[in-house]
Amino acid sequence: MARKMQMRARKVGDIAELMVRVTHPMETGLRKDKKTGKKIPAHFIDKMSITHNGKLVVEADLGIAISKNPIMGFGLKGAKTGDKVSVTWKDNKGEKGSMTKEIKV
Amino acid sequence: MTDIKRRTFLRATVASGALVVAAGAGLLKPTQVLAAAWPSKAFGAGSVDDALKALFGTSARAESGDIKITANIQAENGASVPVAVRASMPNVTSLGIYVHKNAQPLAANINVNGGAGYLRANIKMLKTSKVEFVAKAGGKLYTKSVNIKVTAGGCGG
Repeated sequence: MARKMQMRARKVGDIAELMVRVTHPMETGLRKDKKTGKKIPAHFIDKMSITHNGKLVVEADLGIAISKNPIMGFGLKGAKTGDKVSVTWKDNKGEKGSMTKEIKV
Repeated sequence: MTDIKRRTFLRATVASGALVVAAGAGLLKPTQVLAAAWPSKAFGAGSVDDALKALFGTSARAESGDIKITANIQAENGASVPVAVRASMPNVTSLGIYVHKNAQPLAANINVNGGAGYLRANIKMLKTSKVEFVAKAGGKLYTKSVNIKVTAGGCGG
């Protein structure tokens, strides 16, 4: 199942901030289903990587304390309008997603 | 002829054996192996010190004015608390978010390789807690904390 992803960049001081949004439940594995009383299994994004013009610049390890439908921000150095940025993620169940975009800063 | 092949094989085995030893001794840092495994030990750690030790081998860290935090000190909903951090010292290689009062404090850690020392996230917070941001730069750990008040916790049902 493909999940909805959004990304955009903006200038913040001397760097560019890349905002990434993924629609994902981010289940902690600690919550219980109120009807059945059973634990809802953990299901969360654990890895995210950012490439800037083909170079891997940031690799993130995420845990269960990241909110549902996460909005993550990463820093790019020397980013210009038209630069190609890709975001790839995977979750603990092996689900994957990615998006590539020419950014505007 | 067979003897040469045998020697090559032996050499290859010895070399890869050394690599395993190097990885085991922590000589190969996660930042060098970009397809590194998810650090389950650090995420499972019950305290900030243990999480730092699992990630970096040490929890010794110094307060730094080069780390700037953007966060509301009063959060209405612990299920989604927006925080942002910028570590502006040179050569930042890692930057992480740790919530002291969460059962598992480590929320996220990034390995930076040519990007900027910047991280924004919406985090879950069980209750009012100190939130610590730890950056690794030039092989040393730097830290800055903020206390965030939570009116409704975000780790339960």
